[in-house]
Amino acid sequence: MNFSEVFKLSSLLCKFSPDGKYLASCAQYRLVVRDANTLQVLQLYTCLDQIQHAEWSADSRFILCAMYRRGLVQVWSLEQPEWHCRIDEGSAGLVASCWSPDGRHILNTTEFHLRITVWSLCTKSVSYIKYPKACQQGISFTRDGRYLALAERRDCKDHVSIFVCSDWQLLRHFDTETQDLAGIEWAPNGCVLAVWDTCLEYKVLLYSLDGRLLSAYCAYEWSLGVKSVAWSPSSQFLAVGSYDGKVRILNHVTWKMITEFGHPATVTNPRIVVYKEAEKNPQLALGRLAFPPPRAAACTASSTESKYEIASVPVSLQTLKPIADRANPKVGIGALAFSPDNYFLATRNDSVPNAVWIWDIQKLKLFVVLEQLSPVRSFQWDPQQPRLAICTGGNKVYLWSPAGCVSVQVPGEGDFQVLSLCWHFSGDSLALLSKDHFCLCFLETEERAGTAFGRPGDHT
Amino acid sequence: MGEWMTVTDPHLSSESKNICQYTSETKMSPSSLYSQQVLCSSIPLSKNVHSFFSAFCTEENIEQSISYLDQELTTFGFPSLYEESKGKDTKRELNIVAVLNCMNELLVLQRKNLLAQENVETQNLKLGSDMDHLQNCYAKLKEQLETSRREMIGLQERDRQLQCKNRNLHQLLKNEKDEVQKLQNIIASRATQYNHDMKRKEREYNKLKERLHQLVMNKKDKKIAMEVLNYVGRADGKRGSWRTGKTEARNEDEMYKILLNDYEYRQKQILMENAELKKVLQQMKKEMISLLSPQKQKPRERADDSTGTVISDAEEDAGELSRESMWDLSCETVREQLTNSIRKQWRILKSHVEKLDNQVSKVHLEGFNDEDVISRQDHEQETEKLELEIQQCKEMIKTQQQLLQQQLATACDDDTTSLLRDCYLLEEKERLKEEWSLFKEQKKNFEKERRSFTEAAIRLGLERKAFEEERASWLKQQFLNMTTFDHQNSENMKLFSAFSGSSDRDSLTVHSRPRQKKPHGVSNGSLVCASKLTKSLPASPSTSDFCQTRSCASEHRSFFLFPTAPSVY
Repeated sequence: MNFSEVFKLSSLLCKFSPDGKYLASCAQYRLVVRDANTLQVLQLYTCLDQIQHAEWSADSRFILCAMYRRGLVQVWSLEQPEWHCRIDEGSAGLVASCWSPDGRHILNTTEFHLRITVWSLCTKSVSYIKYPKACQQGISFTRDGRYLALAERRDCKDHVSIFVCSDWQLLRHFDTETQDLAGIEWAPNGCVLAVWDTCLEYKVLLYSLDGRLLSAYCAYEWSLGVKSVAWSPSSQFLAVGSYDGKVRILNHVTWKMITEFGHPATVTNPRIVVYKEAEKNPQLALGRLAFPPPRAAACTASSTESKYEIASVPVSLQTLKPIADRANPKVGIGALAFSPDNYFLATRNDSVPNAVWIWDIQKLKLFVVLEQLSPVRSFQWDPQQPRLAICTGGNKVYLWSPAGCVSVQVPGEGDFQVLSLCWHFSGDSLALLSKDHFCLCFLETEERAGTAFGRPGDHT
Repeated sequence: MGEWMTVTDPHLSSESKNICQYTSETKMSPSSLYSQQVLCSSIPLSKNVHSFFSAFCTEENIEQSISYLDQELTTFGFPSLYEESKGKDTKRELNIVAVLNCMNELLVLQRKNLLAQENVETQNLKLGSDMDHLQNCYAKLKEQLETSRREMIGLQERDRQLQCKNRNLHQLLKNEKDEVQKLQNIIASRATQYNHDMKRKEREYNKLKERLHQLVMNKKDKKIAMEVLNYVGRADGKRGSWRTGKTEARNEDEMYKILLNDYEYRQKQILMENAELKKVLQQMKKEMISLLSPQKQKPRERADDSTGTVISDAEEDAGELSRESMWDLSCETVREQLTNSIRKQWRILKSHVEKLDNQVSKVHLEGFNDEDVISRQDHEQETEKLELEIQQCKEMIKTQQQLLQQQLATACDDDTTSLLRDCYLLEEKERLKEEWSLFKEQKKNFEKERRSFTEAAIRLGLERKAFEEERASWLKQQFLNMTTFDHQNSENMKLFSAFSGSSDRDSLTVHSRPRQKKPHGVSNGSLVCASKLTKSLPASPSTSDFCQTRSCASEHRSFFLFPTAPSVY
């Protein structure tokens, strides 16, 4: 595992291009595009203000930089560095900006969610979509890029509009049976839209592309409801994480619940492997670090190395007692993600912030629990294989695969606090983002992958 | 009790001496009012009698008294004291015999009376004590009654209090329930109010939004614009098409196509799955048939159940089905047939397996039962046998005992005694032998120890002897030294003084010091030696060992006596 040198970064804006060739990163008002392998600077664009949002177009030819404070969006072309485009939303303001899947239209959401402006890069045409709803996840494109589902609020009722992305024509418009719609998401096959209600009510609705209600699912009443939703890549399962600390898996045939994954604070089943991150003995670490360059040694002075140990069941995980009288209590399943091969589901229970649960979807059972020393910030699956990268805001990145797991310290001067990470689509490299810097972590290629993951228990 | 009585009735004790007899008797009795009264009434009577006897008859009034007595006695039904008078005028003669008889009778009567009185008194006493006891009991019971009554009252009070509490709690519960109801109502009303307000606010918000929209968008905001160097081509390379009804229809078409594709895909998947399952079913069926066919005869033989016909049906069905191709099975009727046949087969298989199970279990059970029965019978037989044996043994023992007794009593003939002894002693002999050998071993051990001890003692004695000799030589030396220093004093004198302290210290002030010191040292040395001796003895010798050592020591007493030897020199 190799690490690149550290580059400057702001606002955690560092994105691999969809084709995997480039890496765009923003530092204040500068946009730097590098080669994803050599990290050579290919282009350097200067924007009018500090960049708050950056996004690659789907064909990797354009990059959008949004400066919300100014209500400005600047688009840069990679092929024609002299080409430029500037979109000014003026007094309407700007709160969100994104590409349409064809990479030729930009959807800008104005302040107060007054409307969504669809700017085209091909023609002078501008389209407006009124009444977008201000919610957690109000815009969803199908994976094939044909359709856009948009949550709307009209006359105090929730609606969903489905647009055809090619000409922004309204295809379907229907009201949903929700109190206060919180999010929508297309199934990967683009035929089913999952709609969930606000946290006050547990309600998941499934709509067909043609607007028919396929099913409505409600696990319980009178309690805080859905917190997170994820489709399996095969569109076969819909995982619904809720505030009661459970994940419910719905199937795609009957849309009924197949199973329920509870997240108990104690793991008693001896067949579940519990990896516990443990601080390594610092003396041993220093002894071993006598040879490497002094830079690394200086780094370890501030933070100790860690390794994973297999805890013997029963294991009780550290739980957080939620404050009952505060809004957004730290309970429930805050994050969940399917592995790209559908075999695993990784979840995080916010009341057990240090742990990541990994479930075997074939057996519908808990497979592995990783308990970190600090709260898990985020995790992301390798797009190519069942390999999960986890960061906890420390100077380490953690990788899990069915073969075992490993804790890797990010070398470098000072403390590199990994706040976020993103995979290269090939799964060969991983961008680690801290508050002001980022670096790339190159993982071993296939033939050397075997050495990267030793047997469970003995890790560096 | 008697004491108490004498105290409370002083007049009783002061009556007279022979009353005292009664009273002393009554003293033993427990006091009661009744008995007191009885005594009181009886006492004056006896007194009268006594005084009457003392002054009743004098020389003068013999006749009168006799006649009086006669009268009295006759009135009491005794025969007259006088002889039967032949004539009226003749003076009646005193019949001595009659008098004596009367006296005797009176005395007997008196005795009887006394006895009766005694009885009555004892009964009285008994009754009195009974009465006492009963009174005590009564008092106790009364107390108990009182306490229980009090307790009852207390309990009643508690019960009342608890009931009161309960009522209060009920009231509280009711209040709480009411409160909950009220709160729920409030919550509901609040919720509706909130929803209403929300809606109102949202409407307002929407209005504002609309207004803002108009203001912002309709003002021809010059700023809202897109600067672009040149427009880029579409990703697909085509030109954008106009929006017409056609495009709409095309969009619809496309959407449905997508949906259709999805459904087709899913159907294909399901078909594939179905085919797989059918294959599995078919295979299962075949296997079942092959499994069941060799056993077909058996159920047929058992004509009582209908499985045979079912099997034949099933086989026919199977034959039909197997002729048909796999892909036509989706037809409903065929599917039904297939499932039906499978079901039948399955039922047969199940029943067969159950039968087998039953058989197996039966066999098992039978086996177990047989064994069980046999064992039970065996058990019973065995117990009977054993009981019989026990009986026999008992009888034997009895006879033996009898024989033994006979032998003891009569010292019966030698044959029987020897027989008996033999039968007795065989075991004992064995035991004795064992004990004997054990004993011998112990003895040997003891002997060994003893030898070692004696050796040790001898060694000690030798050491001691050597020591004593040394001492003697030393003393001699000392003595000689002394004599060389002091010629005037006689040797005996010196020795004496050396051993019996310093009697003539004044005269020997110069030389007495060393002399005085040395004997002390000697005595100390002997003491140390003794202690050393005791120490050098075995750590904890048993008493017998100790005795032995002592005896050893006594053999070498001459060494111990040695300290007196220097006086000879």
